[in-house]
Amino acid sequence: MRVEIIGKSKLWLGISVVLVLLSLGAIFAKGLNLGIDFTGGSLFEFKFEKAVTLQEINPVLDEIAKDVKQFSANSRIAQVDENGILLIRTQTLTEEEKIKALETMKKFGNYEIIKAEKVGATVGKELLTGALWSLLLGSILIIAYISMRFELRFALGGIISLFHDIIIAIGAIALLGYEINSSFIAAILTILGYSINDTIVVYDRIRENMKRHKGLSLQENIDTSVNEVMTRSLNTSFTTLLAVVAVLIFGGDTLKSFMVTLLVGIGIGTYSSVFVASPIVYLLEGKMKNKIKK
Amino acid sequence: MRKKLLIEILLVLLVVAGAGYFAFVEKTKLGLDLKGGVYVVMQAKPEEGKEIKPSDMTNLVEVLDRRINGLGVAEPRVSISGEDRVIIELPGIKDSEEAVRLIGKTALLEFQMVGEDGKLTKTGLDGKALVKAEVSNGQFGEAQIAFELNPEGAKKFAEITRDNIGKQLAITLDGETQTAPTIQSEIPGGKGVITGSYTIEEAKKMATLLNAGALPLTAEILETRAVGATLGQESIDRSFKAGQVAFGLVVVFMILIYRLPGLLSGIALSAFGVIVFGTLNYFGATLTFPGIAGFILSLGIAVDANVIIFERIKEELRNGQALIKAIDAGFSKAFSAILDGNVTTLIITAILFQFGTGPIKGFAITLTIGTLASMFTAITVTRILLKITAVYGKITNTKLYGVKEAK
Repeated sequence: MRVEIIGKSKLWLGISVVLVLLSLGAIFAKGLNLGIDFTGGSLFEFKFEKAVTLQEINPVLDEIAKDVKQFSANSRIAQVDENGILLIRTQTLTEEEKIKALETMKKFGNYEIIKAEKVGATVGKELLTGALWSLLLGSILIIAYISMRFELRFALGGIISLFHDIIIAIGAIALLGYEINSSFIAAILTILGYSINDTIVVYDRIRENMKRHKGLSLQENIDTSVNEVMTRSLNTSFTTLLAVVAVLIFGGDTLKSFMVTLLVGIGIGTYSSVFVASPIVYLLEGKMKNKIKK
Repeated sequence: MRKKLLIEILLVLLVVAGAGYFAFVEKTKLGLDLKGGVYVVMQAKPEEGKEIKPSDMTNLVEVLDRRINGLGVAEPRVSISGEDRVIIELPGIKDSEEAVRLIGKTALLEFQMVGEDGKLTKTGLDGKALVKAEVSNGQFGEAQIAFELNPEGAKKFAEITRDNIGKQLAITLDGETQTAPTIQSEIPGGKGVITGSYTIEEAKKMATLLNAGALPLTAEILETRAVGATLGQESIDRSFKAGQVAFGLVVVFMILIYRLPGLLSGIALSAFGVIVFGTLNYFGATLTFPGIAGFILSLGIAVDANVIIFERIKEELRNGQALIKAIDAGFSKAFSAILDGNVTTLIITAILFQFGTGPIKGFAITLTIGTLASMFTAITVTRILLKITAVYGKITNTKLYGVKEAK
């Protein structure tokens, strides 16, 4: 079986464009569920002696809201997960407000606080600026390194497929409504590392075949190279997915959103290293040559 | 060639044994997100018109340290972060609310009278009036603490000492008596000396505490994170089990596809795990949830390196190469892909470490260690294991490499 990469590049890139557009649509239409790591605010997770439902708990929250306005129906976000754990997210509470809220909550029943977090707005901003700077500087350095070891168009292909992967992963998360928090960032970073590694393996083969078969056209070279490393790409992706699925099944809820993000990202990363990064290298060569001809 | 291989074997054994020592004997430090506990970031805010000096921060840490000691936490950590922040970590604490409340209040230095029954009565003079406290030497060279009050405080202090000669004046910090010298005479001018049988160290500590009680800054809580210990333990157990299952599945899959090399890569991957955790423990790095993510990614990279190499060896074997030559060629051809992939990953981790905040740094640390370890195990450990079976074990049947027939 030989997969045609360049000959059908319109199809492969078309699929990518559609997925990216759908993702952007999902991100803008549904919006991102930004966690307090980004927005600042307070977050609690309560485990009551008996499982609770939102209908039962809402009146208690309304009562808290009389003293602590952050708990009012419009500004709080309350969820009960499948294990009956109550999660509440509000704007930042002072210590006094928190104590008051926790006191009132006791009226409903005994609870254990599983998690209590408070993040100042500045911390969230720092996280965001840090992440954006990393992305910018990371892209520049990766382009520089790949250009040095390969060629500029390889670097561009690599970076474009990286952004492709990140956008689609974020789109999937927007669609699923998962919270964007620091473990989500860890997942995105993992995808980034995985995808670039995957792309480089394909590029490495193209580079090798360029040296070995000088007569081969770029189109033939890319097709041959991708097919030569296809077994490796599939085996590696399959092993990684195997590990991810195992953790997804046995790892419990804390890891769930992280692992789902990885699952999407690794799948997309494998696709892009084969069907996006290499066709872009080819297309860019076309552009560069056309310019010389003119 | 055998001699070179022998040296390599010894080298690898040494590295793995060393790493194994740290991996199994030392305990991995778990982050608060994993084992439960309280994490607090405090932001120091100077009083208007004043700047924060490094010594203010040291004093603040001293005060916080003291308060935390009262909580009875096993391994509390109070550290300065940047120029004006303090990070407090209290692992395994049960009553996180109490801890946060205690940390959040401002240090209060007070001068109080000690009654005959030992009870304290407030004098209305507190740390705000203190200008500075420092260690000085008394007449006979003994350590004592000299302090200076502002004019307003000086007036009050003179009053108090005049009216209470012969009584004990307690200096308290957060309500706890630090020292209670007896007033010898009226002290005008706002300068006093606390004498007693202090060692230099004690006197220094006392001066620091007094200064801390008079910090020209307030510290406000910027961020708190409390994870209940049950969630922590549960997630550790589950993650550990998940990790074992994942590892087992990966190895079984590798054996199914690559046969003998797959089995050997299982050993190499175990060595990889040992080296990563050994290195983490050696540096005393803390493993957090994002850190585990970094580990998973590096494990993926390590598996991939093996897959790349084995595919190459298979190709060489299919082209009719003899086994040992195929192994060598497989490794040398796979090297550039592994190197470039890893260098790119290391570029990313370096940037994350530089720009990232707490959790991202944790990710960057394990990924860096993991990437380097994966290079080492794939290029050295796997290769040596393959060579041992081929050279010493004389296992050269290419079927064991998943190759049916040479062309």
